[in-house]
Amino acid sequence: MNDFTLVLKNLFRKKLRAILLLFSILSAFLIFGALGSFYKVFTAGVEVAAADRLITVNKINFTVSLPLAYVNRVRSIEGVRNASHASWFGGYYQDPRKQVQTFAIEADTYLAAYSELVMPDEQRKAFMETRDCLLTGIDLVDQYGWKLGDSVPINSNIWQKKDGSSVWEFTICAIFDGDKETVPANYLMFHYDYFNENLAFARDKAGWIILNSEDPAMNDDISKQIDTLFANSQAETKTSTESAFNKAFLQQMGNIGLILSSVIGAAFATILMIVGTTMVMAVSERTKEIAVMKTLGFRTGRIFRLVLSESLLLALLGGLIGLGIAWALVDLAIGPALSGFLPGMRLTADIALLAIVLMLALGLITGILPALKAMNVAIVDALGKN
Amino acid sequence: MSKTEPLYVLRGLSKQYSRGKETIPIFDGLDMEIANGEFMAIMGPSGSGKTTLLNQLGGIDAPTTGEVIFDGRRIDNLGQGALAKWRSENVGFIFQFYNLMPTLTAAQNVELPLLLSPVKGAERKKRVATALDIVGIGDRAKHYPRQLSGGQQQRVAIARAIVADPKVLLCDEPTGDLDRTSADEVLEMLQLLNTKMGKTIIMVTHDPAAAKYAKTELFLDKGKFIKKGSKK
Ligand SMILES: Nc1ncnc2c1ncn2[C@@H]1O[C@H](COP(=O)(O)OP(=O)(O)OP(=O)(O)O)[C@@H](O)[C@H]1O
Ligand SMILES: [Mg+2]
Repeated sequence: MNDFTLVLKNLFRKKLRAILLLFSILSAFLIFGALGSFYKVFTAGVEVAAADRLITVNKINFTVSLPLAYVNRVRSIEGVRNASHASWFGGYYQDPRKQVQTFAIEADTYLAAYSELVMPDEQRKAFMETRDCLLTGIDLVDQYGWKLGDSVPINSNIWQKKDGSSVWEFTICAIFDGDKETVPANYLMFHYDYFNENLAFARDKAGWIILNSEDPAMNDDISKQIDTLFANSQAETKTSTESAFNKAFLQQMGNIGLILSSVIGAAFATILMIVGTTMVMAVSERTKEIAVMKTLGFRTGRIFRLVLSESLLLALLGGLIGLGIAWALVDLAIGPALSGFLPGMRLTADIALLAIVLMLALGLITGILPALKAMNVAIVDALGKN
Repeated sequence: MSKTEPLYVLRGLSKQYSRGKETIPIFDGLDMEIANGEFMAIMGPSGSGKTTLLNQLGGIDAPTTGEVIFDGRRIDNLGQGALAKWRSENVGFIFQFYNLMPTLTAAQNVELPLLLSPVKGAERKKRVATALDIVGIGDRAKHYPRQLSGGQQQRVAIARAIVADPKVLLCDEPTGDLDRTSADEVLEMLQLLNTKMGKTIIMVTHDPAAAKYAKTELFLDKGKFIKKGSKK
């Protein structure tokens, strides 16, 4: 027997009470883990938006492409530091249900625009020099068990090759990752030239144009210039900064974030009060036992620690079980099920860490009052009460 | 320390409680010596201050004025931490209502004071088993207090009081809640601990039959001791 035995025995002295408390804490952390992961994956794109990045799309709809010649005309506008373009390829791997997001890009300018995408230098070089190279997101490498050098056929629902086939052959010669955990790395890219040359129809089109301004302050001006330039032409454009585009998104997400944190906050406030008052009551019930322990020679500091540990153990036990269930739900069930339109939903380490900090805080806050109460039990008074 | 030197010396011990402006003296200027190896029964009417006195001797309550000297060392002026340590090393307490921990088994209850000592592992197990054996309840080691009779619970409490090998046992109405047979068994056990193991015992009781087991009977009334007699 040691102090931990005492803590454990006291915590579970009334089994039903302990189980109900554990269950309420567990629920709070289950909600926290699941909603936190959900919120995280929703806002991931927002965090990586660069302030100097602008996107030009067809005014009719961003799914309608632009003449390739627009790219060079955009490049010549003052204040444009870099311009690139990308086209939606779509595609699936082996099975139409295994959808993989794939883009045809102008490689050097695109990677310059998205500096958050990183890969080893020799792989970057290999990508630049290999016509049919598939620049593969690291998440997909893990998912499909691919490796460098693999030949990967990607089927397209949209694009037919000149030979009539809709299977496009690629070689994986580079693997990219985001420089931060929040940067998605779950899609594929390949050379626009390879795409354009093999196309059976609709050649020399750009899906959308990506450009970097020399200074975010010039963004509005540049947008106006571009859209004016193509006004009244065969394809009118609409240019917006990625962060302005994201600002609207962010605002919505901010509202959702507020609602989520209110829900989580309310859950925690309730738990705090329930667990707090229950622990105070639980200690009041054993005032006499505490007096006996003090009589035996247990010091006040040790009594304080014993009672505080009880609340901490309760919070950690309930919290970790709740977090474990949340992890199983998010990573094993919900995440894979939603991978089609919410890729990369996971219970990340920072959410788990925050949850553990919250558990410790919950344990300390609910334990401090009962621990003080226990510490201050007056032996003579408490023993006198028979 | 020789046998003749007293274990306890009380000098001018006073205790008073204040209720509002009123102060109620429980005892005033009490002087007393308690010899090593003594088995003393303290009797007296309810409210005469028997428990209060025991609390002073056990270092769980401080006198208003005066000194409590144990084994040549003053304890009434020790701090809380030092007193706690002193209690764990020198005193065993036995209460009327046993005061066992309901969540712990008999053996764990007896082990509790050893959490405060450096005794560990196999040695600790042996001590617990021995203490339970001395009080004749070794077969109930795994039982919880609620599964034991009053007499059995009090035996466990005695085992808990002696397991750390203290010099003195302070007992407040140890048989107050027991029937005659169980009471006699407990008293015989205390007598055994006194005569065979040299424990000094100070026992408060209402029961004249219980007091007969002691070597000395004292009667406390209106803050003064009236000695009824010593058998030796
Ligand atoms: N904390 C306190 N505050 C005020 N008065 C107290 C306090 N504790 C005890 N007393 C009073 O001190 C007196 C002695 O109490 P004590 O408990 O020592 O008596 P006792 O001899 O043990 O009585 P009993 O035989 O009923 O146990 C009583 O009059 C009691 O009311
Ligand atoms: Mg009393």
